[in-house]
Amino acid sequence: MHVTLKVWRQNGPGDGGRFETYEANEISEDMSFLEMLDIVNEALTNDDKEPITFDHDCREGICGTCGLMINGQAHGPETGTATCQLHMRKFSDGDEIVIEPWRAAAFPVVKDLMVDRSSFDRIIESGGYIGVPTGGAPDANLTLIPKPAADAAMDAAACIGCGACVAACPNAAAQLFTSAKIAHLSLLPQGQAERWSRVENMVETMESFFGSCTNHGECHEACPKEISLDFIALMNRDYVKSKIKNRKLLGQD
Amino acid sequence: MTEGSYTLDARVPSGPLADRWTNHKFDMRLVNPNNKRKFEIIVVGSGLAGASAAATLAELGYQVKIFTFHDSPRRAHSIAAQGGINAAKNYKNDGDSVHRLFYDTVKGGDYRSREANVHRLAEVSVDIIDQCAAQGVPFAREYGGLLDNRSFGGAQVSRTFYARGQTGQQLLLGAYQSLARQVDAGTCTLYNRTEMLDLVVKDGRAAGIVTRDLLNGDIVSHSAHAVILATGGYGNVYYLSTNAMASNVSAAWRAHRRGAFFANPCYTQIHPTCIPASDDFQSKLTLMSESLRNDGRIWVPQQEEDDRTPDQIPDSDRDYYLERKYPAFGNLVPRDVASRNAKTQVDDGRGIGPLKNGVYLDFAGAIERDGADVIEEKYGNLFQMYERITDEDPYKVPMRIYPAIHYTMGGLWVDYHLMSNVPGLFVLGEANFSDHGANRLGASALMQGLADGYFVIPYTIGDYLSDYLGEQPVPTSDPAFEEAETTVRDQMSRFLSTKGSRSVDWFHRELGKIMWEHCGMARNAAGLEQALVDIPALREEFENNVKVLGENEGINQSLERAGRVADFFELGELLARDALQREESCGGHFREESQTADGEALRNDDQFAYSSAWEWHGIDRAQTLHKEPLTFEHVKLTQRSYK
Repeated sequence: MHVTLKVWRQNGPGDGGRFETYEANEISEDMSFLEMLDIVNEALTNDDKEPITFDHDCREGICGTCGLMINGQAHGPETGTATCQLHMRKFSDGDEIVIEPWRAAAFPVVKDLMVDRSSFDRIIESGGYIGVPTGGAPDANLTLIPKPAADAAMDAAACIGCGACVAACPNAAAQLFTSAKIAHLSLLPQGQAERWSRVENMVETMESFFGSCTNHGECHEACPKEISLDFIALMNRDYVKSKIKNRKLLGQD
Repeated sequence: MTEGSYTLDARVPSGPLADRWTNHKFDMRLVNPNNKRKFEIIVVGSGLAGASAAATLAELGYQVKIFTFHDSPRRAHSIAAQGGINAAKNYKNDGDSVHRLFYDTVKGGDYRSREANVHRLAEVSVDIIDQCAAQGVPFAREYGGLLDNRSFGGAQVSRTFYARGQTGQQLLLGAYQSLARQVDAGTCTLYNRTEMLDLVVKDGRAAGIVTRDLLNGDIVSHSAHAVILATGGYGNVYYLSTNAMASNVSAAWRAHRRGAFFANPCYTQIHPTCIPASDDFQSKLTLMSESLRNDGRIWVPQQEEDDRTPDQIPDSDRDYYLERKYPAFGNLVPRDVASRNAKTQVDDGRGIGPLKNGVYLDFAGAIERDGADVIEEKYGNLFQMYERITDEDPYKVPMRIYPAIHYTMGGLWVDYHLMSNVPGLFVLGEANFSDHGANRLGASALMQGLADGYFVIPYTIGDYLSDYLGEQPVPTSDPAFEEAETTVRDQMSRFLSTKGSRSVDWFHRELGKIMWEHCGMARNAAGLEQALVDIPALREEFENNVKVLGENEGINQSLERAGRVADFFELGELLARDALQREESCGGHFREESQTADGEALRNDDQFAYSSAWEWHGIDRAQTLHKEPLTFEHVKLTQRSYK
């Protein structure tokens, strides 16, 4: 098949950026979207034109490195799918495809389609962990965890940190990412000791980088792991509670 | 090939095997808590081994710098491990023990690993599960709230802990979060999008590293009292593998060029259950967790060139060849055995799929027995991934699978302390050669990475550092650093000024073809000798004809790849040389000249019960081979049998 690409090229954070048009010929429908870009890059290189910079790594939909706005949709038209797992069979011969980087103030463009998502790391650093230094852990089966609780924590923990939620949000809010980590840890018995400080710190760090949530739900639609909006509700509830909790009495809960 | 006279001292403690690690922990010297902050440690790589080491060392009070070429430590390729992590917990009451995990691992590695290291690995495996559960890793649970286990290839007990099909992701996030906590506390400094391009050795000791900032091209030196490499394996030397696109050997290889011995490069693992390639433009192969072999049955049509669709082939016309040949282990034979058998079937014309390049992995029986919902609960995300890639529904049509390069057991040589022959250079996880011998069992890579990072290096590094209390790291203005920086800069300019006519990826693909053809699942002397002609020839063309556009100052992904592919050329050559000298079959290394009457791998313990450790002498001279003899006091060497 043959497709026409309109690709965002930007030579660095200081450059204004522009769309360039490229033809992608002899594309197999079994190719992944990124393999199609590999072919375009190979052709650009052969023509002495600098290839398109884009982030990618595992190409199995788990590392969260890749992420493109494809025809205005984060990770493209297929639901529950990261860009690397999107295949060309989802497009038709002759299609024009517009490819842009994630667009959010907290994710500045580094070059072409590559953005800086280190604000996500700052959110995790502010409290997205259970503070147990190596060595002192009790036997793992000492804490019984009901299967539904463990399963719900896993549902939240499945987040790959790609940033599609932010890119899809009209406000560029990071509620889905942040709440997924908060829910993962706070649904588990091990996460209770730091539950209230965690939600407080993480939400406030998040707000220092990102926009506010106005319940559009676009984040969930774009999420390659289909993380539930329920976790945002849980985070909001815990955040309000964290402001009124007498933490000296946490053991009494 | 020349053989060296250097004696490799593995520093294995004496005494009863089961007490060695415990006693050695007491015998090793300590650094007191107030002095730890006076030591600087560099960790390269942020996967399971690197992140767990950096977090733990920072918790102890050392000043840690961690480097990753990713945008975030969480992207490291450990994240893609699916199936699980082994531990000798015996929660299932099915006869597991530390000794059994030790025994299975030595046997699974085809008796080419160091007994004492493997026993330590089995001992600390139980602590890993405790630590990860405390961190909030959402392991699968039974309804009563206890941890669940599944079984894996090469074992007859259920000792594998898992988090759906995303165990590596969850374990890595656990380690990453512990690391993030230390970054926030200021005990650990994170350098993302920064790639190590050289090791600096001063007076015979590791003194630091030279890095390139991938955003602006700055070449920068970092010094420390010790350097830890946790930079993964070299499977991408084959171009097509299940490794992530950026996985590479460069950090380890450049340490090799600075004197660190590279051990057992020919021990490469082929994973039996990957999705077969669909065309020439394929950029990587995707693995389907080995855990699928718990419920899936592997078969091919009995007739050659059978063009019927699988539903039209009745049971009587199918060959469930693993169940037939290996009744005791059936579909759960170790990876090397499963892979070679698949290759035999395809080579004999019984391959299936559009390109006749796979075998079936069939869940019909399991779905009928347990119901589709139970199968979905266990493997839902894997089935979904399979459908995405192939456009086929594995609930209805059997999966097509074929072996692919997946893991490399070889790596930098380390002693019992996980220190290389260069004092002060430690190597953890897949990047070292230590614990899996010639073949790694499933669910043991995660175990080893975390064992090294959480529970081994924090003890052994103190023993090394205690000699250097009061000594400052070598300043980065030292000529040794300047020389290394110049080497790196020169290489960058060389790539950019070659202005040839072929892309880096083209060379990488061509190298991969040579490697897969001559150094893949089955190897022979003639093929390996051919590889030793073809690889240097292609490398020479690469040096004269590679085309890298753009400049060093700024993001340049082609330039990054050029350096990695250059190292793959040199490694590939050594891999072939190592495979040529090892005239026996063992684990992932199968020499056609050395097999039993029924086609199984045949070891030669009299001549080859050693680890090979290669010493670099420069690009124009072959490496010297040093041998570390392997002695087995607690496991009896037998021909592996899974029948």
